[in-house]
Formats: sequence, C-alpha cells, structure tokens
Amino acid sequence: MSGGVADWLADTRVCVVGGSGGVGKTTSSAALAAGMAARGLTVAVVTIDPAQRLATALGLDELDNEPRRIDPQRFADAGMPLGDGELWAMTLDPKRTFDELIARLSPDADTRERILANRVYRELSDAIAGSQEFTAVAKLHELAQDERWDLLVLDTPPSRNALDFLDAPDRLRAFFEGRALQTLLRGGGAGLRLLGRGTGLVLGLLRRVTGAELLSDLSDFFRLLGGLLGGFRERAEQVEALLRAPGTAFLLVTSPEREPIDEALFFQRRLRSAGMALCGAIVNRVHVDELAGDDGALADLPARLEDAAGLSPALAKQVAAAFADEHALARRDAANVAHLHARLGAGVPLLQVPLLDEDVHDVAGLVRLGAKLLPKAP
Amino acid sequence: MPALADKRLVFVTGKGGVGKSTVAIALGIAAARHGLRTIVAELSGQARAAEAFGVKPPSGEEVRLTDRLHALSVDMEHAMEEYLHERAGRVGDLLAASRAFHAFAHATPGMRELLSVGKVWELAADRRRVPGTQPYDLVIVDAPATGHALGALRAPATFAEIARVGPIAHQGRTIDVTLRDPAQTAVVAVALPEEMPVTETLALRSRLRAAIGQEPAAVVVNACLPERLGPRQAKTAAEALEATDDRVVHAALRVALSEHARAQAQREQVARLTEGLDGATPLALPYLFTDTLGPAQLGGLADRLETLL
Repeated sequence: MSGGVADWLADTRVCVVGGSGGVGKTTSSAALAAGMAARGLTVAVVTIDPAQRLATALGLDELDNEPRRIDPQRFADAGMPLGDGELWAMTLDPKRTFDELIARLSPDADTRERILANRVYRELSDAIAGSQEFTAVAKLHELAQDERWDLLVLDTPPSRNALDFLDAPDRLRAFFEGRALQTLLRGGGAGLRLLGRGTGLVLGLLRRVTGAELLSDLSDFFRLLGGLLGGFRERAEQVEALLRAPGTAFLLVTSPEREPIDEALFFQRRLRSAGMALCGAIVNRVHVDELAGDDGALADLPARLEDAAGLSPALAKQVAAAFADEHALARRDAANVAHLHARLGAGVPLLQVPLLDEDVHDVAGLVRLGAKLLPKAP
Repeated sequence: MPALADKRLVFVTGKGGVGKSTVAIALGIAAARHGLRTIVAELSGQARAAEAFGVKPPSGEEVRLTDRLHALSVDMEHAMEEYLHERAGRVGDLLAASRAFHAFAHATPGMRELLSVGKVWELAADRRRVPGTQPYDLVIVDAPATGHALGALRAPATFAEIARVGPIAHQGRTIDVTLRDPAQTAVVAVALPEEMPVTETLALRSRLRAAIGQEPAAVVVNACLPERLGPRQAKTAAEALEATDDRVVHAALRVALSEHARAQAQREQVARLTEGLDGATPLALPYLFTDTLGPAQLGGLADRLETLL
C-alpha cells in the first residue's frame, strides 16, 4: 500500500500544481497541503482565487499577501489532527505582488514612485502578459528562501492555457528587454524629448496612429521599466532556477475529459523540453466502471432491477437509464485515463479520484479528498 | 427574454472550463437558423467553431461554415495590420512592416485586448472597414474567461482615458459607447451548476456594471444533469440498495443514487444562482453524455438557446 501523493513528494520541497481551468486544482492543492501537514510537515499553500466558501472555511478571507496559519482545530474537528504539522495558506493578490516586485527592483525611490504613478502602469499593469503567473512564482521564490517551510504548494493561476505559466518568465523578460523598445528609447531622456526630436520614422508614424499623449505615457512607462531590467533579469533567472531545482516538482491535475487531458499532455511535453520535473498526475472526478467490463449486464438490467430489487417498472427504467448513461461515461473516462497513462509513460505515477457526490468546499471535504490523495495515514 | 437577435454584439463569457465556446457556437447556429447573417468570433486564439464543422480556416480570416454562419479566430497581428491600413493607408502599411513597431505593440499592456475588441466591433459595424467584406447582423464573441473578458471590455475606455486626444482616444470612445449601449451590445454569462462558477457568475454582475455599465443580458447554466428520480423514488432506491446482494443491481442503484445526489446539489446551485440574479431565470442546458461535440450535438443545444433570440 502506497502513501499516494506523499510518496511522489518524498524529495520535493516546492510543488507546483498545474492544469487547465475547472479541474479541481485549488481543492487538490489545499487537500494535498493539509494531508502533508498531517504527516508532521510545515506546509504553506499559495493560491490565487479560491472559492469563497473554501476560503471562508479555511479562514482565508483576508488578502494580506503573507501566509497565515490555519487553525489546526478545524482539521482536528474534521478527524484529521495535524499533530506537529502546520498548515499555512495565502491568497495571492497579483496586483499588489507585482507592485511589490516593481518596488523591490527599482534602483531608487524616485523611479519607483514614477512607475507606480505612471498612468499606463496604473491602468494596465494587470494586462502585462505573464505578470500574474510570474508574480506567483516570484512569491514562491521568496517563500522558498525561508527555512521554516518543509513544503510549499503553489496552485497556479487560472488560465485558459496551463502553458502560460511556463512561458511567463520568458514573456515578461522579453517585455522588459524588448529590442524594439530599446530602439525606440535609444534617444534616452524624457518621453517628450523622444517625441520632439524625430528619433526615427517609426516614432513619427506611431504618433500619428496613437496620438501624442498616449505615446508619451507609453514611452515614459517603457523607459522607467527599462531601468529595472537588470534587477528583473536577475529575478527571472532565480525564479527559473527554482523551477528547475532538484527539490521542485510539477504535479498535473486534470479531469478525465479529452480536452484537459490533451492540455495536460501538452504541458508534460513542455516540462520535459524545459528540463523541469513532473512528479505525478491526479485525475479528478473519474466515473468508476462498476461493471468492470461486464457490459452484458446492461441488457437485462430493468428486468433484473424489478426481479431482484422489487422496483416498480417505472423506477427500474429510470435507474437503468441513469446507470447506462453513467456507465458510458465510466467507459469514456477509462479510455481517456488509459490514453493519459500511456502517453505520460510508466515513470509518471497517476492517481484517480472518483467523482464525489458533493463539491469540496469545507474542511471536512478537504479531509475526505486528502484521504483519497494520500491514502495511508502516517 | 433578452432578444439577442436585436443586438449587434454578443459577448459570451464565464469561468474557465464552463463551456463558453460550446455555448457561443450553439448560439451562432441558433442565430443563423433565425435568419441572421452571423459570425462567431473567437478571442482565445483557437478555432473551435470551424473545427466543429470540420473546416480548417486560415488564421485571422473570416470563414463560412453554413449558409449564414461564419467564424473568425481573431488574430492580433492581422487585426493590427487592418487597423493601421484603415487609419493611415500607406503610412500604416509602413508601420505594420516595422519589426520595431510590432514589438512595441506586443509589449504595450492591454494592446492585445484593445485590438481584439476593436476587431469584433469592426465586424459588427454597419459599414465594414475591411475592403471586400460584408456586414454581419450579429457578432457572437467567444470571449476569454471572466477576468480577461472584463479586461478586454474595459480596454477601449482605458486607452481613451490615457490617450485623452488623438486617434486611439477617439476610437476607444466610439467602441466604448457601443459596448455600453444595451440596444447594441449584450453579455451572456455561462455558468456550471457548481459552487465556484455560480459565485463567479454572481460576482460578474457588479464587475460588468463597473466595466461597461451593463448587466449580463442572459445567464446560461451548462451541463445540468437530468433529474430522473423523484424524492420518493430516491428513498425507495436507497432502501433497495441496502437490501440487495445482487452485484449488478447494487452497482446500478449506487450509481443512479450518486447521479441523483449530484443532480440535487446542482439544483441547489441553480436556485442560489436564480436568487442572486433577482428572479431572472437562468437558461439550463443539459449535460451531454458524450465526448463528441459535432454539428448534431451543437444543433441540439442551439434548439434550447433559440429562446434567447
């Protein structure tokens, strides 16, 4: 009997949980973190946008951008005492974390104030491609410096494409060091001077298309951020080093539908080519095949329900119809999971979590899910 | 009912994984059947509508799927070149050819969102700006997930405000006026009958009001399980489950009761959603017990969505 996900994380200090939207990433991350805390570890789980009821259940309503310790009594009451372990959690405020990052990377107070006051930055910083994903790993990196954490679990930001997450440092670095921007900014000095002194055909044309004021704000914005390039580059390198470090592992979460599975496989290929480790895959919400392949039993099911269980013909028909539909899903799920398993390869452990009758949105639910993810108590 | 057929632009959004694209395409099918020259414009970089009809479209170009149904996967580069050409003719073409400019545009935060919304606005304009194209009666936008969709809807006003004067300011204001006009623009929110999607859909009301001064014109609850058992039947089935020692009967009853429990949980979520919408009834779409989503399945969903037109 294995310890499930606990075995996968034996040599892991930083666990990055990835997968497409709507597959149960946040609840899996929280249940996993709680289960590891119950094994005596000091664990912090970082999430971006938890369901309100779950956040409330954990006492995470406040966005203070630092991990808070979850009252162990909540877990003791739900039948999973944490013992010597500690569970901490934080909900990341991406805008604030990005502001903090900018402040930290600014060479001086003046630059910092001017960036934070820049209208393009103020209105549009959340639209900087990859900024949310990057700030999440930057926060992880910051937490990883602190020795007290035995395990850090990052629930990656919800995004259409799980790959946004891997691309974020590159995209953001390209943003900071874009050659074009340097071309545009070569004149140096203030934005207006840039506009005034015909620094090339492109700028003149650009002004015609965008209007002078927007261009001025934009060039100020890029020039100010240009001053952060050195610091950013260093930070991006540290962040990427953390993602490739021996103690860091990615954990895939998916549901058994075709699309998220395809996405998960794509993610795995990218991880492999980027030299990052995948420690395992969790498939949530799996319809279980109760017939174990004995599909012949479906044929006379209504009669069997009447005879063996004494159901009325009407009820027997409804039960049989429900079973036939759900069984088809079980067959579909089994085929999809087999496909996932084959493509991931034998070296990647895979754990299936059967579909639960209720959404997980309280501590008791996390404990139940935790028992599936980490089956054997310590 | 919201009478979406009278609008020009319908944005379909919702939490990730709720089936926005499916609803957008099915809505497009319904609108085309209704006699409207319709286009489904996808902002996610994918081409799901064309794929569902077995068509492989050239990136950034409008493609015809059926008589009146068209699709476009909006491409930022393409939209930018069109805009520059339309704005500044030869000069614009020069700019579009400049690598420095491309990099600049890509780096500008919010530019992708601005260009995407600008493009769908252009599709819906009475007089199309792209040479050789015809106007559409209805543009259905397969928008990104809630947060990003709101960013896109806000982008024209944000840029107008930063730019104050000049072509982008003017253009941004014009688009923003269209987005704020309930006679021209509607937003359809897609949810699942689950905790988080319902909460996010309810939160969308105020967030959308803040972005464009509108509320969702319609809310669609996707993938609703059938309610096959009444309360008494469920009780009988539960008792039979306790009593039986037939393996197959046991399995069937367990599965049917599990589906029943999930359907009940869904019903509570739909009730919570309905209550939060102040009485506006969300439109329920059935759970499809299939992995394939072709014209037949989409057509079935379109039947249900016709009531929104």
